[in-house]
Amino acid sequence: MRNPQLNGDGELQHLLTLEGLPPEIIARILDTAVPFVSIAERDVKKVPLLRGKTVFNLFFENSTRTRTTFEIAAKRLSADVINLNIGVSSTSKGETLLDTIDNLVAMNADVFVVRHGQSGAPHLIAQHLSATDRAHIHVVNAGDGRHGHPTQGLLDLFTIRHYKRDFKDLTVAIVGDVLHSRVARSLIQGLTTLGTAEVRVVGPQTLLPTAVESMGVHVFHDMRAGLAGCDVVVMLRLQSERMKGALLPSAGEYFKHYGLTADKLKLAKPDAIVMHPGPMNRGVEIDSAVADGEHSVILPQVTFGIAVRMAVMSILAGSQPPA
Amino acid sequence: MTDAGLPNAEITLGQLADKMRGAVAFDAKLIGIHSGGAWLAERLAKMLGGEHAVGFIDVSFYRDDYAKKGLRQKVATTTLPFEVGGSRIVLVDDVLYTGRSVRAAINELFDYGRPEAIELAVLIDRGGRELPIEPTYVGARLTVARDLSIVLQRHPDGNLELSVEPAEGASRA
Repeated sequence: MRNPQLNGDGELQHLLTLEGLPPEIIARILDTAVPFVSIAERDVKKVPLLRGKTVFNLFFENSTRTRTTFEIAAKRLSADVINLNIGVSSTSKGETLLDTIDNLVAMNADVFVVRHGQSGAPHLIAQHLSATDRAHIHVVNAGDGRHGHPTQGLLDLFTIRHYKRDFKDLTVAIVGDVLHSRVARSLIQGLTTLGTAEVRVVGPQTLLPTAVESMGVHVFHDMRAGLAGCDVVVMLRLQSERMKGALLPSAGEYFKHYGLTADKLKLAKPDAIVMHPGPMNRGVEIDSAVADGEHSVILPQVTFGIAVRMAVMSILAGSQPPA
Repeated sequence: MTDAGLPNAEITLGQLADKMRGAVAFDAKLIGIHSGGAWLAERLAKMLGGEHAVGFIDVSFYRDDYAKKGLRQKVATTTLPFEVGGSRIVLVDDVLYTGRSVRAAINELFDYGRPEAIELAVLIDRGGRELPIEPTYVGARLTVARDLSIVLQRHPDGNLELSVEPAEGASRA
């Protein structure tokens, strides 16, 4: 079956998931993001690639960081950006998702950046556009349900590659609430595709998806064992707002077992980097001393996120619709 | 592939350097357009002596054929380790043809600052301009059929060589 993200020539048409995305395409996105990083250091922080194009940020679910970084990325590519906080507009008046899309297409949209609480919503939009002969319009998944958050996965990969160069000798530990984390899912898929030596997930049984081993990861319930000898530690936010039922005794208990402290970090390699997709809960999954410490690359992640989103949008908007 | 009709790149580079020597400001910054121009800018800085800082520019984000062809596979990072604002600049490229790359390079430079002056040095001028752009310094002028492109290559020993290839999009019948 053809990958719905790719056009007939194997070019990236939409970015919906990192699952099944060929390593060459992931590498191309990461390579293209490199020159975009330096644009932020210039007098004029803009390039004219998407001049005259319109990017719609469709956020059916709240997000500040992701929406803002997509907005900055699109503006630095000279696109016009329209932010729609749909949670509080049309859908509450009863409009369906695809009707909303058709209306925005009538306003000459070129790129949709979609955040939705339902897994598969960006995929549905991409399918709808192809089926109605509007394949020149591109969709970027900015997080859908528990399914995926591919640009976050890509910026995590970019950050790891920036500090560690090569994936093939790396041990990466992803710690915490993997169950609710689309970030973890995308990152695991990306790391596996790029041939990372070992990917570990660390957390209590209640916060790990069943059969998570089938994603090619090693499972640890003891954080100290899970961190031993790691090159990269990715802390996940405890998504209490998504938890239905008693998955945890208390935040304090969680921190005691799975919070990252300077003491626990000593078990990882001396040059290990600490990442977090944000927003972070200090004192819940990560201690302030670590979050602000010398191993932390949490703020560079944000900066790199803009460059990676610029790379994704400029590759998509330049790809040609299938002949 | 080598072509008997093409000049020797090393000799032509020497001729280009001769024309620039004494004419280029002593503190002019040499900015090579990626990738052939970048090799030439490095070589010229050594050949000219003086105090020529070297920078590199990749014009992919400024090309006018993006809407038609998309982004190139590999985009290099533009590296200008000096202030562009107020500088005297010599843009360096291997082959000057339509003038579109030079237009893109000038636009990109102005996003770094306002140069005092920009000159243009090219190894080969093959004519065929589609924009009103003229080089200040030329190594050699050539006439080449439209369906061919002239490519500058750098060998592992650093030696430069010119060759001819079918132009992108030209019919290969």
